[in-house]
Amino acid sequence: MIRDDLQDLEIQLFLEALALRHGYDFRRYAKASLKRRVRGLAETEGVREISDMIPRLLQDEGFLPSVLSHLSVPVSEMFRDPAVFLALRRGVLPLLDSYPRISIWLPGCATGEEPYSLAIMLQEEGLLHKAQIYATDINDAALAKAEEGIYPEKTVTAMAAAYLAAGGRKSLSDYFHTAYNFSKIDDQIRKSIVFAHHNLVADGVFCETHLVLCRNVLIYFERQLQNRVLELFHEGLVRGGYLCLGNRESLSFTSCENLFRPLDRKHRIFKKAGGLA
Amino acid sequence: MSADAAGYRAAVIGCSAGGLEALRRLLRPLPEDMALALVVVSHMAADSNGLLPELLARTCRLPVVEAEEKTPALAGRVHVGPAGYHLLVEADGTFSLSLDDKVNNVRPAIDVLFDSAADTWRAGLVGILLTGANSDGTAGLGRIRRRGGLCLVQDPDTAFADTMPRSAVNAGFADHVLELDRMADFLCTLPGARRSGQ
Repeated sequence: MIRDDLQDLEIQLFLEALALRHGYDFRRYAKASLKRRVRGLAETEGVREISDMIPRLLQDEGFLPSVLSHLSVPVSEMFRDPAVFLALRRGVLPLLDSYPRISIWLPGCATGEEPYSLAIMLQEEGLLHKAQIYATDINDAALAKAEEGIYPEKTVTAMAAAYLAAGGRKSLSDYFHTAYNFSKIDDQIRKSIVFAHHNLVADGVFCETHLVLCRNVLIYFERQLQNRVLELFHEGLVRGGYLCLGNRESLSFTSCENLFRPLDRKHRIFKKAGGLA
Repeated sequence: MSADAAGYRAAVIGCSAGGLEALRRLLRPLPEDMALALVVVSHMAADSNGLLPELLARTCRLPVVEAEEKTPALAGRVHVGPAGYHLLVEADGTFSLSLDDKVNNVRPAIDVLFDSAADTWRAGLVGILLTGANSDGTAGLGRIRRRGGLCLVQDPDTAFADTMPRSAVNAGFADHVLELDRMADFLCTLPGARRSGQ
């Protein structure tokens, strides 16, 4: 067996061990990019072969956080794809205003850039006071960072233009307190979000939601897992609720293709069918 | 020639600075009966505002489409990776996308496409590296070679930017160093390249 094929087998065994020992099942993640992330983990750990990490995975509880940090969905930016945020601001938030309470779920939130972007927008549109935002991830280290809401000052500065392009009414720096090259998100924004551990592969729906914002998470999943996750979103959403996916994600050929209607095709915003218009 | 019994099945193409013109010249002469699936990653895609497939389609006889996740690489079609995402090929020949960290300071990275395509198509893969001002793609060509595929590199002396092709040539990963205008003809002579079997 040549080395590359052997490595594929080792990756498979590693994922098997991770699922059976710790209950984190990456076996239905899209393989090509996952392989790269497992190889990246091996490099960070300084091991020669992927299989060298298996004993540690089984015996050493302390190893798990670093495995999850390497394998889970990566960090985003604030207001990534500003046109999508602008579309949400103009096309979805006014519709959400008709509800007395608004509940929003952002799965795969990593270090919190996306939920904070949304919370800032809700604040500017006068909706934050009646909104409950749930931001979830499987990576507890990322969640802890998200909850802190502290980012390098230069990354916040770099997102200022995207914030304005997304229809921002102030300056992004107005929402941060900056000192020693770090910027901390405003407390009112921070406290509007509940960061919680949730695993899309294994866990169920935990609340009724009006909007699910899940961008660039499904691309990491194989079709079967995409279907499960979309069905979960469908189950959690109220009738007529909204789903926003990543710019290159779609419902075509999934099990949920007919359960949603496109509201804004270009920006991948869908409305759960079956409710009143 | 190291193609497997069925001949070559796919060609992956990477380019950077000067890439649009190079891609046009490479793709323009390709005949309608091409049997290879063609997959393109360009660092410059971000500047083209998602219009790269359209720009290429104007001067290409083959259909040019943006590569969509979970859809298969099809014979006789040019698939272009979307701006800002790494493009990868899964074991079943379908595409996937990722927003993982940049590789060689770029996303999409040519190495990411080449590595995954090498794992999928092995000896049935042709890797083509064109003009560019960095050395992305060299490691990917190395993997394509190791897995039995064939590597074509644009002659650095005739490239708009020579760093990228020269890096691959210096690493010893080029099976053939070709001028751009000779590449299409060369591709067409490879086993499995055309439906007519010519």
